Amino acid sequence: MKLDLRLNPLALIGRAFLSSLSSAGRLFFFTVESITHCVRPPFFSRLLLNQIIEIGYYSLPVVGLTGIFAGMVLALQSHTGFSRFAAESAIPNVVALSITRELGPVLAGLMVAGRVGAAMAAEIGTMRVTEQIDALKTLSTNPFKYLIVPRLLAGLITLPFLVLVADIIGIMGGYLVGVYKLDFNATAYLDNTWDFLEPMDVISGLVKAAVFGFLIALMGCYHGFNSKGGAQGVGAATTNAVVSGAILVLVFNYVITEAFFSR
Amino acid sequence: MNETHAPEGQSAAKISCRGVTKAFGSKRVLTGVDLDVNVGESMVIIGGSGTGKSVTIKCILGLIRHDTGSIKIDGQEVNSLNTREREEINRKFGMLFQGGALFDSLPVWENVAFGLLHARKVPRRRARDMAVEKLAMVGLGPDVGRLSPAELSGGMQKRVALARAIATEPEIIFFDEPTTGLDPIMADVINNLIVEITRKLGATALSITHDMASVRKIADKVAMIYGGKIIWSGSIKEIDRSGNPYVEQFIHGRADGPIQMQVRRL
Repeated sequence: MKLDLRLNPLALIGRAFLSSLSSAGRLFFFTVESITHCVRPPFFSRLLLNQIIEIGYYSLPVVGLTGIFAGMVLALQSHTGFSRFAAESAIPNVVALSITRELGPVLAGLMVAGRVGAAMAAEIGTMRVTEQIDALKTLSTNPFKYLIVPRLLAGLITLPFLVLVADIIGIMGGYLVGVYKLDFNATAYLDNTWDFLEPMDVISGLVKAAVFGFLIALMGCYHGFNSKGGAQGVGAATTNAVVSGAILVLVFNYVITEAFFSR
Repeated sequence: MNETHAPEGQSAAKISCRGVTKAFGSKRVLTGVDLDVNVGESMVIIGGSGTGKSVTIKCILGLIRHDTGSIKIDGQEVNSLNTREREEINRKFGMLFQGGALFDSLPVWENVAFGLLHARKVPRRRARDMAVEKLAMVGLGPDVGRLSPAELSGGMQKRVALARAIATEPEIIFFDEPTTGLDPIMADVINNLIVEITRKLGATALSITHDMASVRKIADKVAMIYGGKIIWSGSIKEIDRSGNPYVEQFIHGRADGPIQMQVRRL
């Protein structure tokens, strides 16, 4: 009987539908509760600072490396394409636009989802399975305020700064390839970068970054907080945090681009 | 069979449970727990694995929401409390978790001082001195305070967890399997500390354990839980002549008796 139910495709679809509805509901209430705790005292400013350092400062090398290679390869590839119809002068602008609007926020977001989202899920998940979250409650400390809020705010605040760094280093990567490999004039390259870059290109990227930072931290915290079943549960939480964080980054990248630039 | 009501001449119950039930899906874990713990008393709940000991204590602590029934702390019904009121009630509690549940991101002294720093807003320097004082009460030197919990042995972790549970001088202290996983000598050290400290603080204690040596040392009163219900309770002196076959089987650790383990014969 049980086996039949498992093999019945309608039952399978129904079960998947119901379970996705209940996960969506759980995530919704988790998000609402987290946000209400973000605006209600007490605040743990020391923990917020720790998280800003953890997410921001320690992600700088990985975000910088991603930025410089993205900028370099972008200059090389666009040179291949644009030289076919003698439009090399557009390369600096294409590099700047692509980096600030898309590659800076998306690549930094994906790298941070891997580095920070995973760490958050593993840490909070371990705290859950070793009863440390229960211990927080018995010590009259709200786990949302102590664990979740500092991470969400730190994600929201630091990712725009990281993306700004990725933007600058990415454009520099394009400049290095342009000037030293493709024989651009250094001044002309920079002029071409600045002349066509509009504030909105950079701002849209930074808004994306703030949203990505919040979403990555939210996924890390949510999956960690709801993990169960020992080491295996924590492993699954970590995987889910990274995968869902990365997917949300890509989905919201499209949504925000559409909101900013579709006419 | 059921003798759970407060003994004559005692003051009002500090903790009072009536008809508490809890089910996880179709599995009914608590089927109507009635329990009274009086002020200054040390109550120990005994029972086999999976009988609902931990769930009972977690319902009282507010870590799990019970389905039906009433739980009162100092006469106040906890069902209707909001998060903030619940946190206020929790200030009366100290809890020693089975695995210690020490925060591994913090040094030992900050673990001990956690409730003082965050719930009581004691300044860091003063909280640190108080943590050192509490560590001394459980027989640990001030140098231990600087270590991380991962650097400690099992027995030391348990003692640090005990120091954390008593740091805010709570009115009610919960002990979840305080001696599980310790060698007999360290178990006895922990038992002595529990007795000494609860007396010193004048605290009410509620423990769960299946270690009878521990029960005989720390309990004033004992309640036996079986099938999600308290089936017997009485003072520690009465436990050897309870006349209850379940209690007798449990305290003598016999495989044969009314409690049958689900073990498949070879």
